[in-house]
Amino acid sequence: MFSSVASRRFINRLFMVLSTLAFLIALVPLLSILYQTLSKGYAALNLDFFTQLTPPIGGAGGGIINAIEGSLTCVGIASLIGIPVGLFAGAYLYEYPGKLANNLRLVAEVLTGVPSIVTGIVVYVVIVATFHSFSAFAGGIALSFMMIPIVAISTHESLKLVPNSIKEGGLALGVSRSKTLVYILVSTAKGGIVTGIALSVARIMGETAPLLFTALGNQFMMNSIFAPAESMTVLIYSYGTSPYPTAHAFAWGAALILLLLVLGLNVVVRIASRLKPTTAI
Amino acid sequence: MQTQVEKTRARQRARRLDFLHTVLVVAAIGIPIIAILSLYALINGSLDSILAFGFGFLTSSQWIPNPPNGGPPILGALPSIYGSVVTTTIALLFAVPISLGIALFQSELAPGKLRLPSIFLVELLAAVPSVVYGLWGILFLVPFMSSYVDPGLMNSLGFLPIFSGETNGLGMFTAGVILAIMIIPYAAAVMREIITAVPRAQREACIALGGTQWETMRMAVIPYASTGIIAAIVLAMGRAIGETMAVTMVIGNVARITPSLFLPAETIPSVIANEFTEVAGNGIYLAALFELALILFAIALIMNLIGRLLITRLAFHGKVGSDV
Repeated sequence: MFSSVASRRFINRLFMVLSTLAFLIALVPLLSILYQTLSKGYAALNLDFFTQLTPPIGGAGGGIINAIEGSLTCVGIASLIGIPVGLFAGAYLYEYPGKLANNLRLVAEVLTGVPSIVTGIVVYVVIVATFHSFSAFAGGIALSFMMIPIVAISTHESLKLVPNSIKEGGLALGVSRSKTLVYILVSTAKGGIVTGIALSVARIMGETAPLLFTALGNQFMMNSIFAPAESMTVLIYSYGTSPYPTAHAFAWGAALILLLLVLGLNVVVRIASRLKPTTAI
Repeated sequence: MQTQVEKTRARQRARRLDFLHTVLVVAAIGIPIIAILSLYALINGSLDSILAFGFGFLTSSQWIPNPPNGGPPILGALPSIYGSVVTTTIALLFAVPISLGIALFQSELAPGKLRLPSIFLVELLAAVPSVVYGLWGILFLVPFMSSYVDPGLMNSLGFLPIFSGETNGLGMFTAGVILAIMIIPYAAAVMREIITAVPRAQREACIALGGTQWETMRMAVIPYASTGIIAAIVLAMGRAIGETMAVTMVIGNVARITPSLFLPAETIPSVIANEFTEVAGNGIYLAALFELALILFAIALIMNLIGRLLITRLAFHGKVGSDV
């Protein structure tokens, strides 16, 4: 079963080198993306970039204030719906364990694997086509569809980590199930729950495909959430794929802002939770 | 004997409990509603296309939304299905060995102090938005591939049809590479969780026989975790097939079936993203795009169900994810 010691030692060394190499290879694109975005995006930044409306593609000057407004509006609407629904649904999965909860959990897990462009199409059919209007509201709904299963699963996982003895301690003192849930379980698990919510916000902030057919785009500021909305991600897509170098510079600038927001939120949250990894499955 | 006040209090308490738990139930119903609504909207939206093209939609390689003679659109999904299969295959060829290497590095080799930071860095790679990958792809990776990698492959392996022809960097090969980069963090994280959850006794038995780390992995851990590793690959595949923005930006978006990996092509999601704004009142064209979304939904559903069910069949599945 075992060959000579020297060759076994060599193969083991090879295994160590190759797996370390695999890890280092994965860092190359990360570093390249960070470097390219920082160096090219930095050049595009100035005061106008944060205060002016977007120029026509290929045009000079201008800023991305309408895209920032649109992105924040869509993410805000999604959070208003997605955080409470996801939170309560996650608490349900914990409070009523059994076959039904297992199946609901499986549905939530499968939903997190549904491509985001499909969610965009669904919300187009259900909302945009029904009301004959693209809107920030429709964009927010699409993002909330992505957010609900993510928040539900992370809340469920966080609650499961609370030791049973703490929960039983509450119940033994005659505290009602609802109060045990709110004052004992959720308050013990709040670190994990907040982490899950923050990461889901970072995740949907970077989404493009669900907004393409729902929020669409808007060269101006919105006057209502039922008006079409520009977003940083859709702007990066449309300017980045155009043939104009001025538009490319613009897209890099927007990508830098987006990366700072999304990666910044990730770094803060993960350092606050002492680099504890989130469950992938 | 209860007084009236006590009775009222008891009722109020019961109602409070009911209220919070009612809210939980209502919220939980939201999850299946999203799933059912999605299925309903997709089927309803694509009905015209399903009726017009039937099963031929999956096997026809013609994609002519606006025929020059003014006839009805001729739409077949085969070019985009082909593009999705090819790009996903390329992505898996790169991503599977690298992710397995990362998972083994993080679960077995990384020294204590480096383990969490190394997981953190790979998680950051997963956090980069898809459209930023796309921007980096079209403005950095595409020129890089067309001036260095593609010509190199053509010169050395150009006798193979897959590496023949011209290149400008936009095409299935670049799309496959960028997809690989994007699914590596996910595949590596799932594999790491599976491998870490393999019971200690399994490792110790091999170490006690005098096995090296590699032998322990190859003979004791990987065979034991093989179902889970296959599940990780299936789940990553589901992600790769649905990935939209980055692929749309680097694949060139041309509806054709070609053996050369360097030529522009398209995938199911890239067609939807790229052509949605061109529909302009062409009802059957719109329905065909909805049908593509339905196909994508079905594939994602199947891949995720298979992946999840494989994981629950693992003897140690209760421990998966609990290490973290």
